[in-house]
Parts: sequence; C-alpha cells; structure tokens
Amino acid sequence: MRRCYFDHVATNPLDARVFDAMLPYFKEEFGNPLSMYELGSKAKEAIENARGQVASLTNSKASEIIFTASGAESNNFALRGIALARQNEGKHVIVSRMEHHSILNSARFLEKMGFVVTYLPVDKHGVVDPDTVKKAITKETTLISVTHASSEVGTIEPIKEIADIAREKKIIFHTDAVATTGNIPINIKELGVDLLSMAAHQFYGPKGAGALYVREGLRIVPLIYGGIQENGRRAGTENVPAIVGMGRAAELAGSEMNSRMEHVGRLRDKLLNIKASVENVHLTGHPDNRLPGHASFCVEFIEGEAMLLLLAAKGVYAASGSACSSKALKASPVLLSMGLPSSLAQGSIVFTLGKDNSDEDIEYLLAEFPQVIKRLREISPYGKGWGIEGEGGQCIVQK
Amino acid sequence: MYSAKVMDHFSNPRNVGDMPDADGVGTEGNPTCGDVMQIFIKVKDGRIVDIKFKTFGCGAAIAVSSMITEMAKGKTLDEALTISKESVANELEGLPPQKMHCSNLGADALKKAIEDYKSKNK
Repeated sequence: MRRCYFDHVATNPLDARVFDAMLPYFKEEFGNPLSMYELGSKAKEAIENARGQVASLTNSKASEIIFTASGAESNNFALRGIALARQNEGKHVIVSRMEHHSILNSARFLEKMGFVVTYLPVDKHGVVDPDTVKKAITKETTLISVTHASSEVGTIEPIKEIADIAREKKIIFHTDAVATTGNIPINIKELGVDLLSMAAHQFYGPKGAGALYVREGLRIVPLIYGGIQENGRRAGTENVPAIVGMGRAAELAGSEMNSRMEHVGRLRDKLLNIKASVENVHLTGHPDNRLPGHASFCVEFIEGEAMLLLLAAKGVYAASGSACSSKALKASPVLLSMGLPSSLAQGSIVFTLGKDNSDEDIEYLLAEFPQVIKRLREISPYGKGWGIEGEGGQCIVQK
Repeated sequence: MYSAKVMDHFSNPRNVGDMPDADGVGTEGNPTCGDVMQIFIKVKDGRIVDIKFKTFGCGAAIAVSSMITEMAKGKTLDEALTISKESVANELEGLPPQKMHCSNLGADALKKAIEDYKSKNK
C-alpha cells in the first residue's frame, strides 16, 4: 500500500544527510563539551559549528542562539524568562489566540504568578491586526508574543509590523517560528524581533533539538539552572548529536529553501483542487499568505477523527483540529477564535506537505479523499444543511 | 487506540441509513460537542423488527451506533431498554476512557426512539 505522509507539522522525517552528520557524535565523539581534553573540545567545536549554521539560516549572530531541547522549551523559556526578568517594570503580557499550547499554557502560568495576560483576537483568516496590538498595550506591558505562522491553519502573521510597534514602545517582542524556520526564509534582523523560537524536527532535523534566538544584550531569566552551558542561560550537558543534526539540517534548509518551497507550493496548489471535486469543503486560514506546503480544510457534515481513521487505513496520514481527535475533547481554539462554528470545526482536516512528497502522492489523495468524505456523509444525519429534528441539549463533555 | 471490534464496526458499519416509515425516531447529541446519533426503529408485536442509524461523529461514535443496532434488532422493547452504555462498550471490547461518555450515545438514542414509538402508540 502507498504510504503518504501529509503531517509535516507534527514532525518531519530525518534527512539521511543529517543522520550521517549526527552519527559520529553518538559513539566516537562522545565527549562532554566542557571537558578540557581533545574529546571535549571536539564536541564543543561541533556545537559551535552548529550554532553558526543556525545563525546563518536566520541571519543572526551565533552568540545570539541558545540551544534547547524543543520548540516548546524555547517558547516557555522566552515567555517566562522575559516576563520574570522585567517584572519590576510591569506585569502585563500580550499573546495572540493563534498560539501553540506551549505559549498559551506559559501565559496561564504567568497569570497564576500574578501577571495580567491579554489574548489578541484574530480575523476570519487567523490574522492578528497590528492595530489590536497597539490598542492592547498598557504602561505595564513588557512582552508581546505572536506566532510567525500557525501550524493549524498556515496563516503567516504580520510579524515585522508588530515588531515595529513593540520597538517603538520599548516592549520585548517574541515570535514562535517553529512552523516557519527552515520552511520559509527567516531574516531576524529584517523581522526586528527580540526573541524567536525554532525546532529542528520541523525542517528534517532530529527531535529533541530546538533553539531560542535572544537578541544581543537582552536579559533573560534561565528556565534550567546548573552549569555554565549556553553561557549559563541553559544548563545541562548538551545533546551533542541532536545539536549537530540541527545545524546540518539548518544548513541544508538554507541551501535548498527555494527548491523545497517551490516543490511543496506546487503540490499544495494541486491538492487544493479537492475543493473542485467535493462540495461543502472550505479552506481554513489565509488563502494566499500561508505556509507553502499547508492545506487545511473544514469538511461539512462529517467529523475529523473519522476522516483521519479512514485515511490512515488507506495509508494517508494527516491531522485534525476536531474535538474528538484531541485528547482534551475540545475543538481547536485556533479555529474557534477565527469565528468558525464549532460544528464546522469538527470537520477539520490538515494536510502539510514535505520535500519528499510526490505528484503521485497528491494524485492518490485526490482519488481517495472524496471517497472517504462520501462514505462518512452517507452515515451522517446531516447533508443538505445543519440541524435535524431532536438534536440539541447540553454537551456531555464540557470544561 | 481502538479495539479490533470498534475498528470493524467503524469500517463496516451495520444498519446504516434512513427509515422514512419508522415507527420511532430517537436523536441524541449536539454537533457542537462532536457527536450526534439518530436511531430509527420499526416495531411489530412489541418487538424491534428493523433498525437503522445515522451518526455524525468520530470512529467510536459510529462503532457504538452500529453495535447497538445489532444488539437491539429482534429484541422486545423491554429487552432493548435494558441495553446500557456499559453493555455496548463491553460488546465493542472496550472504548478509550475519554470516549466512554461523549461518544457512547447509542443507548440514550435507542431509549428515545422507543419512547417516541410508545408516545405515538398509546
């Protein structure tokens, strides 16, 4: 059976060239980068080389890159680290409703610590209006965090405009660029952000490797205390193979950026033809200003988890923001914040393409997906519209 | 995450469809929560002689609907009323804990269909 992996926002396969670069650092070059002898200095050298590769992908300085263990850690580090470092200047933080759980739950932690958090609304395409950022700012605001692009709907946010507003008001600005780094060009100096989160497994690097860009001279409170690794800002013996892998993956992403973007963009446009063959399918997110390999839909009258199961049985792997497919049994807050009715949000399905997908993969999906929809619609009590006699009442699971 | 029995009933659901001349119809759930089940019954001499369902929902919800139609078919109304959420889940060789309540609406929908039949045939 054909296997079509269309869930690149979940994770990417490791590039074989990245794997090769990592291999020696598991066995032969196993040293601790802090050790004085050659084994240590070789590991140290490998880490610094990787730091340069990540800096060069993002147009930043190597000294501004702090390695972490994940995108989630980078996001936690940025929010907590800056809010705490500046708490004498104010205790107000602004985030958007498009954020990943690692931002939202860090914001909730700050609320418990006595901070006030503003959650910015978005429009129907999931775009944060820079004017709403301006209006949300108070004298107490010390930090703003808005994602570069939502992995759920692919919309790219106006980061440069928001960064300009933040800089003018002397507020620190962080962006979660986990979904974008390595997939679209990132020029930190041009974007004008103070902090930026990234994760290696989103660009064919290993899991367990992330980084936080912290602008030179910016004070940040560590998340992990201990030794002097990462200039004392992130303690713990470095995961040398993972960091080496992240560096090599960054190097490859930089040199192959244009061809990868062209490839996944073309396949994505082909995938969008699904809307022509099936009725009542709606694209979610921004129609143009979105990640090149990202196609997200809401399919009316059926539910996302059931689609995922039938697709998986055909060897097609995708994602959904429906309540039933989430562990929390709640529809995606991102879709709801864009004003989608929750019944429609139940029909969420997200295809994210990668460099190894082929035209044949898309053709297979275009042949199989309408059948999955048809089959589930035959089972569904809805069809011509929403609403049937007798429905309603309280949700059984509510939180 | 699902048992083989759940996957079987989800992939090949039994008794799917409408029943324009149903003697009783029961609907349970709300699309904003995720799952809606509709059960149609045909009753003869106090016995469920035919049963169909339509369901909007996840794999578990569809499997539950399919299973309950198999369990209820041929039973007297009193016997059918004894079918519980737990007995449906047991016949399906278990449901994931988080799906036990939200997607396990079959027993309630069946009960409503029987009540609907009874109220029309007083």
